[in-house]
Amino acid sequence: MQLTNRAKQVDRRPLNFAEKIYLPAVLKGMGITFSHIFKKKATIKFPEETRPFSPVFRGLHILNRDEEGRENCTACGLCAVACPAEAITMDAAERLPGEEHLYREEKYAAKYEINMLRCIFCGLCEEACPKDAIYLTETFAPANYSRQSFIYGKENMVIPHPKENPEAFTKAKGLIDERKAKASQQQ
Amino acid sequence: MEITQILFWFLSVLAVFGALMMVTSKNPVYSVLWLIVVFFAISGHYILLNAQFLAIVNIIVYAGAIMVLFLFVIMLMNLNAETEPQKNKWLKIAGVVAGCSLMLVFVAALRQSDELLKAPVSMGGETGLIKTLGKTLFTDYVLPFEISSVLFLSAMVGAVVIGKKGD
Amino acid sequence: MILLAVDWALVLEKLIFIAVIITISLVVALYMTFGERKVAAWIQDRIGPNRAGPLGLLQPLADGVKMFFKEEIIPTSSNKVLFILGPSLAMITAMLTSAVIPWGDKAELFGRTITLQIADVNIGILYVFGVVSLGVYGIMIGSWASNNKFSLMGGLRAASQIISYELAMGLSLIALLMITGSLSLGEMVKQQQEGWWNFFLQPLGFFIFLVCAFAECNRTPFDLAEAENELIGGYHSEYSSLKLGFYLFAEYINMFISSAVMATLYFGGYDILPFYDETAWGLSANLMALLGAAALFVKILVFIFIFMWVRWTIPRFRYDQLMNLGWKKLIPLALFNMLVTAAVILFLKK
Repeated sequence: MQLTNRAKQVDRRPLNFAEKIYLPAVLKGMGITFSHIFKKKATIKFPEETRPFSPVFRGLHILNRDEEGRENCTACGLCAVACPAEAITMDAAERLPGEEHLYREEKYAAKYEINMLRCIFCGLCEEACPKDAIYLTETFAPANYSRQSFIYGKENMVIPHPKENPEAFTKAKGLIDERKAKASQQQ
Repeated sequence: MEITQILFWFLSVLAVFGALMMVTSKNPVYSVLWLIVVFFAISGHYILLNAQFLAIVNIIVYAGAIMVLFLFVIMLMNLNAETEPQKNKWLKIAGVVAGCSLMLVFVAALRQSDELLKAPVSMGGETGLIKTLGKTLFTDYVLPFEISSVLFLSAMVGAVVIGKKGD
Repeated sequence: MILLAVDWALVLEKLIFIAVIITISLVVALYMTFGERKVAAWIQDRIGPNRAGPLGLLQPLADGVKMFFKEEIIPTSSNKVLFILGPSLAMITAMLTSAVIPWGDKAELFGRTITLQIADVNIGILYVFGVVSLGVYGIMIGSWASNNKFSLMGGLRAASQIISYELAMGLSLIALLMITGSLSLGEMVKQQQEGWWNFFLQPLGFFIFLVCAFAECNRTPFDLAEAENELIGGYHSEYSSLKLGFYLFAEYINMFISSAVMATLYFGGYDILPFYDETAWGLSANLMALLGAAALFVKILVFIFIFMWVRWTIPRFRYDQLMNLGWKKLIPLALFNMLVTAAVILFLKK
């Protein structure tokens, strides 16, 4: 059965004179390698240059806040239910009086953890979220020494505060908006 | 003392010391290495006699090729101090006697060598250079030279025959 | 004791010159390691080392420091004296050859005429041969002292390879010597300055010499002595730290020196252009000497590049192919070259 037409019959004839003195083949090979010196390099200077991510890339999660810096998440648990890898766990808590500037609604996630070793970055949590609270961004989970350190808590994922750290917030917000735009394009 | 004299004594001591170490070393690899030292000392002597060609050929042929083959064989057979066979006592005595007789012959030969000693000086500084050497080899000594080359050729043919035997 | 009758100024001059040459060869060899990595990278469509210093130029220093701080391991079952002697010998023999290479024409400095050559002995090229043939001892002694069968095999391979290719090298050179009629490298360069470069008279001889030089330097495609995949590094597999560095470094110095020898023998040494009389420029002797030395270095660098280029192009020979090439192809070819050269010389003389 022929799968592709790239198959080649192995040539087992004895070498003829030109092949026996090796030189033509050697020179041909040297020509090939020399031409490669001027070819475009396949590698990049990584930390300074990065390769563009594909538009559908899904990386580390980010937990969103609104413009006043209140967390969006209400710990409804839809993301945890949607997660096929069961990577998300959370503890819900009731918002106390005086915490209105911290959480947007009466219920919030006291603990919100994603195990990045389990996570398959499918993005179903993002789709499941009714509160505009979780998004996947264009970053990798960096390497680490312990499994424990791959369980990301709120401190790793919540977006920077828009008033305390406006620059970082707008940057992270930009990523979220990009994703939203892409999502709307796809639909 | 002239610098050549200093060098002469240094090289002589080195040659004799190397030769002694070569004979007395238990480990055959050390023996080979000491022998190479001896060759170097002798090449040094050649240079002092202004025989540069001989000196360098001595190094290329003996130190660079023959001793490499010796070392090759010794390393391949893994000869070392432990595996050295214990020699017969009589054999040792015979060796000593033979060595002493050889020494006697040398002494006898060199006793009346005053003329020999003068010879290198009278030949002048050009003797050992390639040009003189080549001219001498291809005019005065052309027959012995060619005969020895035939000898080498036959040795080569012999080696090839032995090497082909297995096929 | 009578004071030694020596021209101390000459001794001083030579000592300084030796120091300069050794420093230059070390620095060049240092940057050859960098160049090799860069050339390898370019040929493989990569960028190559570019982190240490501007453009990665401090990479060789970083490599050296790394080598220096590696743990020094001497295997317990090894022969300690010889284990240390091996890399030292490899390094010494690699450095020795530079003594007879004419690095430039005569220069005048402080009212003295200085020959840019350590020793213009009249057996120059034979001296190179002698030292090259000794180069194998470093490898053999080190490999045997390691007390490791792979090391030993590497050493044996190196020895038989170097001896085999030395023959073809010598034969290819005899044809050249018949043309020049002199063994002195300085004399050969002078002849090439006045006449043709020897390459144009001896292309086949040069080619044989080049192949043999690859084999003598243990470079790919003839690096069977250290074949990584079958002998795990061959003769240096037990070595670590600076002793390993010495072996690796000796290879680069050997490459540098053999490039210099090839440039001197076949490409006019410090002669700047072929078929051209540079004295017509009317430059001062010192400037000419400097230009000549620069020309020699350009030639050397080209050869070094060819060494690297070939290494990253051609795969390693199998051992029987290596021996077949040496004994059954190169030696007959060299003999043929010698006969043709002799016939032509005889014909022209008549």
